[in-house]
Amino acid sequence: MRHFITLLKHELRVLLISPGTYIAAILFLIVMGFVFQDYLTESINASRKHSPGAEFIRSFWLPVFFIVPLLTMKSIAEERRTGTLETLMTTPVTPIEIVLSKFSAAYLYYICLWIMTFSFQVVLYYFAQDPKLIDPAPLIGGYTFIALSGFLFISIGIFSSSLTKNQLVAAILSFAMVFIIIIVGRNLTDWFNQNGNHPLLLRQIVEYLQIFQHAEDFTSGVVETRPVVFYLSGAAVLLTFSIFMIETRNSKN
Amino acid sequence: MENSNKTIEVTDLVKNYGRTSAVNGISFAVRKGEIVGFLGPNGAGKSTTMRILTGFMHATSGIVKICDIPVAAHPVAAKRKIGYMPENNPLPEELRVREYLKWRAKLKEIPFRKRRKRIEKALELCDLKRASHRIIGRLSKGYRQRVGIADAILSQPDIIIMDEPTIGLDPHQIVMIRDLIASLRGRMSMIISSHILPEIEMTCDRVIIINGGRIVAEGTPDSLRKDFIDTTVYQAEIQGDLTSLKENLAKLDDSLEITGNGNADTEGFSEIQIKGAANQNQSENILQHLTNIPNLRVRALNKHKPTLEEVFLAATKRSWDTLLPDTDPDESTFINQS
Ligand SMILES: Nc1ncnc2c1ncn2[C@@H]1O[C@H](COP(=O)(O)OP(=O)(O)OP(=O)(O)O)[C@@H](O)[C@H]1O
Ligand SMILES: [Mg+2]
Repeated sequence: MRHFITLLKHELRVLLISPGTYIAAILFLIVMGFVFQDYLTESINASRKHSPGAEFIRSFWLPVFFIVPLLTMKSIAEERRTGTLETLMTTPVTPIEIVLSKFSAAYLYYICLWIMTFSFQVVLYYFAQDPKLIDPAPLIGGYTFIALSGFLFISIGIFSSSLTKNQLVAAILSFAMVFIIIIVGRNLTDWFNQNGNHPLLLRQIVEYLQIFQHAEDFTSGVVETRPVVFYLSGAAVLLTFSIFMIETRNSKN
Repeated sequence: MENSNKTIEVTDLVKNYGRTSAVNGISFAVRKGEIVGFLGPNGAGKSTTMRILTGFMHATSGIVKICDIPVAAHPVAAKRKIGYMPENNPLPEELRVREYLKWRAKLKEIPFRKRRKRIEKALELCDLKRASHRIIGRLSKGYRQRVGIADAILSQPDIIIMDEPTIGLDPHQIVMIRDLIASLRGRMSMIISSHILPEIEMTCDRVIIINGGRIVAEGTPDSLRKDFIDTTVYQAEIQGDLTSLKENLAKLDDSLEITGNGNADTEGFSEIQIKGAANQNQSENILQHLTNIPNLRVRALNKHKPTLEEVFLAATKRSWDTLLPDTDPDESTFINQS
């Protein structure tokens, strides 16, 4: 792992000097600003059971759908297309280091984006001064959920990017995968609840795929081990596949 | 471990892309300090072979050893020994030249104390000093090429592999790269592929010509000339009757063939070619004979040294003739697809 830091620094530097990084960040903040404002007006008009800050975290899926593919589509696919993966892979660097550095850079960026949304909460706190609006426990839980689920979402993006040398294909793949695990997981449960007796294994898998439920739980201050295991092991499996793809795919095409 | 003299040893290398075979049983070795030129027509399998040597691709079968280290089993250890510049010379567009080399120096595990010196040295050797602060994406092709070469020699590895390094360079730079390669001769083993054959002839100790994934010729340029050129050509400039010359020369050696277009220049001299048996020099005899022919004036006679290009054409043509079926994978896949 001696090259991990060198590679990560390089990734971060490339992120910092490319204008796309800042454009994406601004777009993200604008979209999330509107979402936040929306929850705010709603909570004024109708009294809700949660604080607007926590409600806001629960709309995590909206930015995840567009920001995860955008953030990760370039990472490996673009290096494969331009051939810089070849110059990288012919130095004493291992595929593990490459994948982990790409993942870490994208993850750090993703977390930075979310940390910036914390400013919304701060602004709200200053102007509202209402303890009902600002409840620290749901916020801590909510941002923990974001950090935790980010492992899985970003590794989905990295994995998609390792499959192809076409950025667009990578983006579509990661969008599809994120969509499936977020939306389909929820709908399957509804469907399962309506008609019973399914194989136990299937039920168990679906029980892990409760990303909305996890968001709900975390923002209510309920922290379980099951989601932690789910996100971390999911990320580990996907990153392992990515490492494998980097090692073998060069030889094919 | 490194007492054996061979820095690269390749045995029965085979590489298939799906059904097309790119490399088809190649074996060769490169000695320490030797510079080997890799020639072959487009699609011969040069780049594929180089990619396998550098550990970027896995071979379908066969063994590659770099300084006695099997690449398949110990890729990282083998990669430490190699400086590689791929085909098309991919570089990150956003970085500055020096930044890029600094990053590469770290990745190549050059100790901190030596890093600066090595970077300066590589910049100097590739004449990049003045461009060291420029952004790579904005450099001209030739400059980018030099950045690629600087990167390959950066860690002063035992082996340097460069895939078409002189493509896109201006004549000054080609001479410079030639001198650079010459200055590294004896210290590092090199494999260089190129389609610029005079370059290869001037820089390389040995040439390997591959075609259709097989080695079709191997040796020093001179030994290849002996093997593949079956005539010796003499060029002469004469003034006089061509038909009587033919009869006259037949007296000297009736295997000599004369061709010439008979287009005389302003002074009445025309150029002719005399083809004789291979691997012997009859210049003196021919010259004496020509000067003794009455009514014939000779202005010049020289023995034409076959270029590497002619050797290359002869060698690849011979291999196409012998292994005619499935010689050109590109073409067959094209037909399959359409
Ligand atoms: N990624 C790939 N997928 C399928 N076939 C490939 C791939 N790369 C190369 N080939 C095939 O392998 C053969 C050898 O290709 P290679 O690039 O090694 O040729 P080359 O000798 O370097 O040619 P050139 O002089 O044009 O660079 C060609 O027939 C090519 O079509
Ligand atoms: Mg090539």
